[in-house]
Amino acid sequence: MARERASQRIPDRLRLALTKCKNEAMINKIVASAAAAVADIPHGATVMIGGFGTAGMPSGLIDALIAQGACDLTIVNNNAGNAETGLAALLKSKRVRKIICSFPRQTDSYVFDALYHAGEIELELVPQGNLAERIRAAGAGIGAFFTPTGYGTLLAEGKETRLIDGRHYVLEYPIHADVALIKADRGDRWGNLVYRKTARNFGPIMAAAAKCTIAQVREVVELGELDPEVIVTPGIFVQRVVQLAGAATLVQPQAAA
Amino acid sequence: MAARVARDIPEGAYVNLGIGLPTLVANHLPRDREILLHSENGLLGMGPAPDLGAQDPDLINAGKQPVTLLPGGAYFHHADSFAMMRGGHLDFCVLGAFQVSLRGDLANWHTGAAGAIPAVGGAMDLAIGAKNVYVMMEHQTKSGQSKITERCTYPVTAFQCVSRIYTDLAVIDVTAHGLVVLAIVDGLAFDELQRLTGVPLTNAAAGVAA
Repeated sequence: MARERASQRIPDRLRLALTKCKNEAMINKIVASAAAAVADIPHGATVMIGGFGTAGMPSGLIDALIAQGACDLTIVNNNAGNAETGLAALLKSKRVRKIICSFPRQTDSYVFDALYHAGEIELELVPQGNLAERIRAAGAGIGAFFTPTGYGTLLAEGKETRLIDGRHYVLEYPIHADVALIKADRGDRWGNLVYRKTARNFGPIMAAAAKCTIAQVREVVELGELDPEVIVTPGIFVQRVVQLAGAATLVQPQAAA
Repeated sequence: MAARVARDIPEGAYVNLGIGLPTLVANHLPRDREILLHSENGLLGMGPAPDLGAQDPDLINAGKQPVTLLPGGAYFHHADSFAMMRGGHLDFCVLGAFQVSLRGDLANWHTGAAGAIPAVGGAMDLAIGAKNVYVMMEHQTKSGQSKITERCTYPVTAFQCVSRIYTDLAVIDVTAHGLVVLAIVDGLAFDELQRLTGVPLTNAAAGVAA
């Protein structure tokens, strides 16, 4: 009753304007399908793909990207695919020119292994912490940073170094991306995300590092349903949210590395 | 080897166990000691493997094996996880190795063989980051060469980072004064260990310090 009385005090003209404003300017990052979410990814794009092995790998978005047909891609991921699904399927479709990762070689990475030995894919190998920090730096607007990891090794050859307080460091640059494909557990229409267990891995930092972040979520929830104290990725870092079913599958025991 | 490493890890330690041999250490950690295991993919307070049927594909360790989380454990993203390593917050890491040099250089990421696909993962971050870097490895290669060497002939992971070496024959500290043998397997004499190792060792038990 109280609400009715309050609404009656708003002049009709203003009420109409408010309604119109709400409908037109409402932020809604929910996209109906994976296909629609990845439709405009261009040839030659740099695409970050979340996940550590299969945990957190956005397989539905990857499948949509394969179907969409963009080629000459640069992929950023920790690994280089397992067996023949997800990232491995993308590699197998020969759409990937270069991969930036820390741990390509696994016992079930045969798709990547064959492409690598045939000289059909370029590999930039980055120590895992430097990979994470280069992604984080991109999202945080850092121009470059000095890291002790890799100093003096093959992976720092030709890179600028500096001695700071008696310790040697290597200069590393951020990795920016055109698109990030990530997987979260729940999200809302503003793009706020929470993750599930160790499937979080690269999601939050990749979300910030890409111009367009597309999140595959298990469940879309109403605004306010996600506890603001536990939102891991605030919506400002996310441009599109797609609800997709599909849990990760475990890497076969003998295949882990 | 794993049991001996486990015995040397104190109450309250934050520990990362590398893939391979070091993973076995977890099975020997005393149950009455609170030790927090870190897994680089993003968890702290890692528990034992789950029962069959209770595996969760979203809850795995760095080796991509299903694990559990202890009460009080936490999940975090990769940049935080590696800040724990690189930032010097981990007390111990235990790593496998191809070679360790006299001065503690570590080679454990790449054989350098022609055609081998290099993969580094978090090895370099762990080696430079943890307060104590323990290595677990066989003392000799299959062809009988010492894996403790004057200098690493394999590509190096990090320089002067190893603090202690556990092998099937001995426990050896890497110090500013060289390699100090803390323990030898039963039935092996120090002189024989010295002969098999090929680089100068000091016997701590004999109280001889260089």
